[in-house]
Amino acid sequence: MTVLPTILSSRPLGTRDIHWLTAVFLLAAGPHLLRMPLWISALVAGIAGARLLQVRLRGGLPKKWLLALVAVAAAGGILLQYRTLFGRDAGVSLLVVMLALKLLETGTRRDGMLLGFLGCFLLVTNFLHSQTIPTALYMLICAWLLVATLIGMQYTGPWPGWRHPVKRAGILIAQALPLMAVLFLLFPRVQGPLWGLPQDAYAGLSGLSDNMSPGSLNNLILSDSVAFRAEFNDGRTPDPKDLYWRGPVLWDYDGRTWTAPRLVQNIEELPADGNIDYTVTLEPHNKRWLFALEFPGRKPPRSMATRDMQLLSFTPVRSRMRYEMTSSIGAAYGADDDQSVLSRSLRLPAGSNPRTAAFAEELRSRHGDDRSLVAAVLDMFRNENFVYTLSPPLLGEQPVDEFLFGTRRGFCEHYASAFTVLMRAAGIPARVVTGYLGGEINPVGGYILVRQADAHAWVEIWLEKTGWVRVDPTAAVSPARVERGIASALPRSDPLPMFVRGDFALLQRMRLTWDSVTYTWNQWVLGYTPERQRRFLSHLGFSEATWQTMSVMLLIFAGIAVLFGAALALRDLRQTRPDAAKAAYDRFCRKLARRGLPRGAAEGPQVFAGRAAQQRPDLAAAINDITTLYVSLRYAGKMHPESLQMLERRSRTFKA
Amino acid sequence: MPAMNATLSSMAALKGRILDWIFQWRGPERGTIVLVQRRVFILPTRQGLLFAGVILLMLLGSVNYDLSLGFILSFLLGATGIQSMLHTFRNLANLRISAGRSSPVFAGEQAEFQIRITNNAGMQRYSIGVTRDRISADYVDVPADGETTATVSIPALRRGWLRPGRMTLFTFFPVGLFRAWSYADLDMHCLVYPAPASPGLPLPQPRAGNDKGGTQGQGQDEFSGLRPYRPGDSPRHLAWKAIARSDVLMTKQFAGRVAAELWLSWDALPPEMDAEKRLSHLARWVIDADARGFAYGLRLPGSVMPIASGAAHRADCLRALALHDSAADHP
Repeated sequence: MTVLPTILSSRPLGTRDIHWLTAVFLLAAGPHLLRMPLWISALVAGIAGARLLQVRLRGGLPKKWLLALVAVAAAGGILLQYRTLFGRDAGVSLLVVMLALKLLETGTRRDGMLLGFLGCFLLVTNFLHSQTIPTALYMLICAWLLVATLIGMQYTGPWPGWRHPVKRAGILIAQALPLMAVLFLLFPRVQGPLWGLPQDAYAGLSGLSDNMSPGSLNNLILSDSVAFRAEFNDGRTPDPKDLYWRGPVLWDYDGRTWTAPRLVQNIEELPADGNIDYTVTLEPHNKRWLFALEFPGRKPPRSMATRDMQLLSFTPVRSRMRYEMTSSIGAAYGADDDQSVLSRSLRLPAGSNPRTAAFAEELRSRHGDDRSLVAAVLDMFRNENFVYTLSPPLLGEQPVDEFLFGTRRGFCEHYASAFTVLMRAAGIPARVVTGYLGGEINPVGGYILVRQADAHAWVEIWLEKTGWVRVDPTAAVSPARVERGIASALPRSDPLPMFVRGDFALLQRMRLTWDSVTYTWNQWVLGYTPERQRRFLSHLGFSEATWQTMSVMLLIFAGIAVLFGAALALRDLRQTRPDAAKAAYDRFCRKLARRGLPRGAAEGPQVFAGRAAQQRPDLAAAINDITTLYVSLRYAGKMHPESLQMLERRSRTFKA
Repeated sequence: MPAMNATLSSMAALKGRILDWIFQWRGPERGTIVLVQRRVFILPTRQGLLFAGVILLMLLGSVNYDLSLGFILSFLLGATGIQSMLHTFRNLANLRISAGRSSPVFAGEQAEFQIRITNNAGMQRYSIGVTRDRISADYVDVPADGETTATVSIPALRRGWLRPGRMTLFTFFPVGLFRAWSYADLDMHCLVYPAPASPGLPLPQPRAGNDKGGTQGQGQDEFSGLRPYRPGDSPRHLAWKAIARSDVLMTKQFAGRVAAELWLSWDALPPEMDAEKRLSHLARWVIDADARGFAYGLRLPGSVMPIASGAAHRADCLRALALHDSAADHP
């Protein structure tokens, strides 16, 4: 009984609607089209073009079987391309192609609206690839135009021009913002994923890996993408030379490549008595390492600590993660490590790098004390002609021999590797530590920004009674690398990401401001996790927010937001013509009624005026004036503000 | 069984009462109906439910892939949908509906009721639909501070007075996710003439000689003089030459013994004809006589239309046929 005609739904769409739908679809799918294999992008563009041509030539909609054929063929092609239909990229490609085909057969308003809704879904899939501010703005514009397209389909009368639906959509979206904010902040968050994610969901995330061979860090150094940001409590940043962010610890050497052991003993508790407190916001890197200054003093939630002082998340870090950390700078650990650990840290492959081994024996014979032996090697790096460069010559079968006694040009990984091999050969337990060194202090946002370009490798050696101590051979070769960052350490001719060198002051400033905005964005928008939501609620005074309290709060605040939206929307509903003329006339009638001249219920103004003028000839002129004004205002179409004012004045000054 | 039938019928009555109460159905209303808040109902359309489903899907995807921006977009579009509900409501609310004109039609034709929709607010209303049968509708836009007329067509099945009954005003604007509607049972009516028989019997032979007799009556044959124009006079009898001379509308009068006495009579029809058939033939005669410009009278059991001609006379005669034997001369 409330079901109304589907008249509108089955109404055919106009040419204009098809144009809008096609344009919005291409806009929404645009970022995908640029990423997808060329043949899929070309197919989609071709289908969209065909739809426009079809409208232009007023052709009929294509046959269903033809569409089905194309759909099956496209799905087959996608299956061949990606070897699956359910991966992230394959799924998105399939969605885009199917939407394009849907566009091709969209003829009625019902189809058009369905396509619009599916377009909303397409918008969200773009966030699988990027969630930056520019992406967000682009998608906002797409959503806006999409809503405008939906509105455009609803006009039954003459088309009011493209501005009208666009403006309407803008108003709708703007008025929806308060409710959106409430939902975003208070809608109970669940930690994903709810179901298994496809294999390729995190393709393209970069970061340190669990192995290192000559040249493996170079790719990372050339990337200016952000590894993490750290905000120090009280704005107290440590000395740049102490900013060693510990990552994977590499124990095992096969003569060329260092790898991290698969299993390392866990330790239950960390000392938790650091001398510096900070918060790290880690970008997803699809590995389990959590980075902290040497040496970490506590475990972040849902993570564990290992005996070699790595922090490992239970699951690979696939979304931006924020954790509070404390570290003891300049400390050592593991003085009581047992023989198994130490012997593994002394192991070298038999017969590799013989010259280095011989050199180590020679050193050993000269220096009985471990510390003086280390100092001697560092002196060698410092005083002989070792060069720090990002483009070292290639090394062959015995990389350490070739490096130490031949090329002598290398990058942090060459120095770390050579130093560790030397130490082990000399009988000092040693291992390679990778991570990041330094970072850029952002004065705008008050935090340190660490990029992939800050990746670094150093060494730690075990000294009796002291434990594991950090030694950075790179610092001996190029102190600037440690003190002032990679850009100042490398020769100008070496390629580096533009952002890492700060040659232009203005550019630098803009970059820092932008990164600070991005940081805030990451913190508050992208990093609004269930945990952060809890913290936000506890700021509001709900320290133990349960599902119930959250739902109640959500309902209350959403109610307020909806009321606010209603006030905005229904504001225009107020009558712009509250009958001012009638009010003025009624006032005049009341005055006459007080003098014993009431107007009859069914008496028209003219009739009443005649009767009143007869009974009060003295007032006849005024009565006629007011009545004429009122009648002309009331019944002669449009209001004239001047005559209304005159009527109001006359009725006010009228004296019966 | 009877008990069950009684229960069923009382339940149906209860349902009817509940519907009456919810939708405020209270029979035809005179004057202007204002679609105040209480009279405007709103529910999501099928598309609206579909949209909600898509939003839910987007939310699930956002949870699974931990897409904060996915959350934001889903919430933004969801909130936009909810806001569109208010906009759909305001697109219909506070409109004023009143009855417009409706011209008489013959049975079997479409009766067209005009409905005046007035907008006293400073914003234009778009795509307001008016329907009675929920199958077809007339859509209008109502300008800000203005009014417009929508037309509802109803098949006129039987002669007599036709009421449009309860009409539904509705809108899907702006996004189509919600449907706001309101009922208006305007006190309006349209006169339905009997369907003219086709083919009709030939016009009866004019009968000469009657109590009036002579050349008093108006006929077709002989020009007998001019008289001032009266509304309803056939345009073909206007004395154009005289009008050109005097700038006053004049009608030519004809006198004719023969044409004077064209009586269209109920009794002239074959006795085996039933009442509706007779009325149908009489309607055909009235139309034919008028088309030929004859002066004619109409005799029905219980009423007589004296001999005259012109559009007004034709309307009077057809009205008499339409309302023959009906209790209400006025709706």
